[in-house]
Amino acid sequence: MASVTFQNVNKVYSNGYEAIKNLCLDIKDGEFLVFVGPSGCGKSTALRMLAGLEDISAGELRIGDRVVNDQTPQQRNIAMVFQNYALYPHMTVRQNLEFPLRMAGLPKGEIQNKVIKASQQLGLESLLDRKPKQLSGGQRQRVAMGRAIVRDPSVFLMDEPLSNLDAKMRTQIRTEIADLQRQLGTTMVYVTHDQVEAMTMGDRVAVMRKGELQQIAAPQDLYDRPANVFVAGFMGSPAMNIFQTQLHQLENGKLAIHFGPQTLTLDPAIVNRYQQLGRYRNQTVLAGLRPEAFYLAHTDTLIDDCLEIEVKTVEALGHEVIVYAEPPVDMIQAEDSTSGDKALYLIVRLPSSPNIHTGTKLRLGVDKTKLHLFAATGEAIA
Amino acid sequence: MKDTFKHNIKETRRTNRKLLSIIGSYLLLTVLALLFIAPIVFMIVGSLKPDDLVLLEAGTLKAFLPEKTSFQNYWDVFERVDFARFFFNSLFITGAIVLAGLLVNSLAAYAFARLRWRGRTLLFALVLALMIIPLEAIAVPLFFQVTLFGWRNTYVAQILPFIANAFSIYLFYTFFIGLPKELEEAARVDGAGTIRTFFEIIVPVSLPVFASVTILTFLTQWGSFLWPLMVTIDEQVRPLPVAIASFQTLPPLQWGDIMSFGVMMVAPILIVFLVFQKWFVEGVASTGTKG
Repeated sequence: MASVTFQNVNKVYSNGYEAIKNLCLDIKDGEFLVFVGPSGCGKSTALRMLAGLEDISAGELRIGDRVVNDQTPQQRNIAMVFQNYALYPHMTVRQNLEFPLRMAGLPKGEIQNKVIKASQQLGLESLLDRKPKQLSGGQRQRVAMGRAIVRDPSVFLMDEPLSNLDAKMRTQIRTEIADLQRQLGTTMVYVTHDQVEAMTMGDRVAVMRKGELQQIAAPQDLYDRPANVFVAGFMGSPAMNIFQTQLHQLENGKLAIHFGPQTLTLDPAIVNRYQQLGRYRNQTVLAGLRPEAFYLAHTDTLIDDCLEIEVKTVEALGHEVIVYAEPPVDMIQAEDSTSGDKALYLIVRLPSSPNIHTGTKLRLGVDKTKLHLFAATGEAIA
Repeated sequence: MKDTFKHNIKETRRTNRKLLSIIGSYLLLTVLALLFIAPIVFMIVGSLKPDDLVLLEAGTLKAFLPEKTSFQNYWDVFERVDFARFFFNSLFITGAIVLAGLLVNSLAAYAFARLRWRGRTLLFALVLALMIIPLEAIAVPLFFQVTLFGWRNTYVAQILPFIANAFSIYLFYTFFIGLPKELEEAARVDGAGTIRTFFEIIVPVSLPVFASVTILTFLTQWGSFLWPLMVTIDEQVRPLPVAIASFQTLPPLQWGDIMSFGVMMVAPILIVFLVFQKWFVEGVASTGTKG
C-alpha cells in the first residue's frame, strides 16, 4: 500500500497538445480515488502516467516516498486493469494469473499459492483452465482483476474497467470492486466517464476537464457544493438545470433572482451558504437547480415559488418520472458553459404519476434551499 | 387470383435466374480448377507411367488416367542422381531462410510498428521501397559481394542474402499494427521487458501472420533457381530447382523420371501449405483488414 502524489504534473505531447495541465493531487494510502470527466479530459492520461505507460513532461510523481518519474511500470509495483481487460488470449486463466508472478521471478510453489488465493477471492477456481475467449464479459473482468490483485501491488489502477459490460453486470461488478478494495485496503485509482460509478465507488472523486483538475472532494460534497458550473453539470444525472440571471435586491431588502417570469427570493440558508453573495448584487450570475429541486406545487405553495410548465417529453422510470419541459429562460449546457450552447429542456424529476404525459401542464414548486449560485465566470460563489 | 398468378411467375423467374447464375459460377470455377490442377495431375500420372507412354499419350485424355502404375521412375531418379542430397540441400536452405527470416523480419516489423526511435519512418519507407526491386536487378552486385566474401559454392551464399525480406516485414508490420496496444501495455505493467513481451505475448497471438510468411517464403525459396545457379558449382550444395534443370538435360531423356523428380520436388510445398493453410487464410484475411 502507498500514497500517490501528483505534484505540478504536466503532459505535453510532441504535437504541442497539453493533455495534463499542472496537476496537483494527493491520494492517501488505502484511498479509493476516482478520476471522472468527459472524453479527452486527461483522466486516462493521468492514470497512464501513474502506470508508467506515458512519460511525464514536467512535475513530480511519487508513489509513497519514491519519485517514480523515471521508473518502469514494473519498478513502480502497480497493477492495472484495462478497459478491454487485455487478457492474454493464448493463455488460460491460470497462466494469465501466473504471468506477473513469473515475471517477478517468484518460485513455482509461491506462484501456485498466490494464484489459488486470488482465484478463490474472485470465484475463479472453476475457470482456471479456460481460455479468455471461453469466458463471459463479467468473468473476463474478474480475471483481469485477479491478474491485478495476485501481485499484492502498492496501487491498483483501473481504466474504465466496466465500460464493456452490460448495465446489470456493471452494477454487480461495481459493488464487487468497491468491496474488494475495502477488503484489501490497497490504494485504488479508478478512471471512468460515468458519474454514477464515480459517485458510488470512490472515497473521493477528482473531476477533470480539458487536462485540468476541476475539483476533488467526497462524492456527496461534489454533488452538494460543486466548485464550478462544469462540475455542477457533470455530476448528477439528469444534469443540473443552469440558467443565467440577475441577482437583485427586493424592496424588502431580500436578495432574489428571476427564473423566467418567476421571482425567486433567496432562502436564508442560501444567503448564509454564499457569504460573498452581496458582492454580486445587480450582477449577472448563473443559477442552478437540480431536477430534484422541483416538486408538484401544493395549494399552499407560495405563488412566487411556483412555475408553470408544459411537459414535452416524459421518461417513466417506474419509481419516478423525468419530465422534459420548455424552459422558462434560456438554459445553459452545463458541461461546457463557455461554449454558449443552450440546453433544450428544463429537466424535472418527480414521483411517478399516471397523470403526467406529453402536453400536461404542471404547476411546480421550487425548493429554494437547493439553489446553486455561480459567478458569471462559472466559478461557485464563495 | 390474377395477382397471385403474376407473383408466382415472377418468383419462378427469379428462382430460375438464381439457379442459372449458380450453375454458371460452378461451371466457370470448375473450368478454372481443371486448368490449374491439370498440369499437376499430368505430372503425377506421368510419373507413374512407363517412359515411352508419357509423351505418346500427352495429347489425349489418357495423359490424366494411369492404366498401369509403377514406381519404377522414382527408383530410376534415385539411381541416376543423388536426389536425397539435392532434397536435403533445398530443405536445409529453405528451412534456414524461413526460420531465420521469421525471427529477423518479425523483430524488424515489431520495431517499426511499436517502438519509437529516430529515423523509423524513413527507414520503413526505404524497406517498403525495396519490395519493388527484383532479385534480377541486384543479382550481379550481390554475386560480386558474395565472391568477395569467399562464399561462392556455400550454403551461406544461398541463405544469408534472403533472410531479411521487405515483403515479410511489411506483412508482419500490418499485422502487429492491428494488435491491441493494451496487450503489450498489460505485459509491461506485469513486468515483462520488450523482448519478453515480444516472444511471450506478441508471437503467440500472431500465429496467422507467421504461418502466412512461412508459406510465402517457403514457396519462393523452394523454387529459387537463378541465384543458386549463379553461386553454386558443386552438386553438394545445389538445391532441387537447379538439379532438376540439369536432370532434364541428362541423357537419356526420360520423361517419366523427370515427372517423378517433379512430383517429389512439389510434394513438400503441398505439405507445408496443407499444414499451415488454416492460419494462412486467417493471416491473409487479418493482414488485409487490420493493415
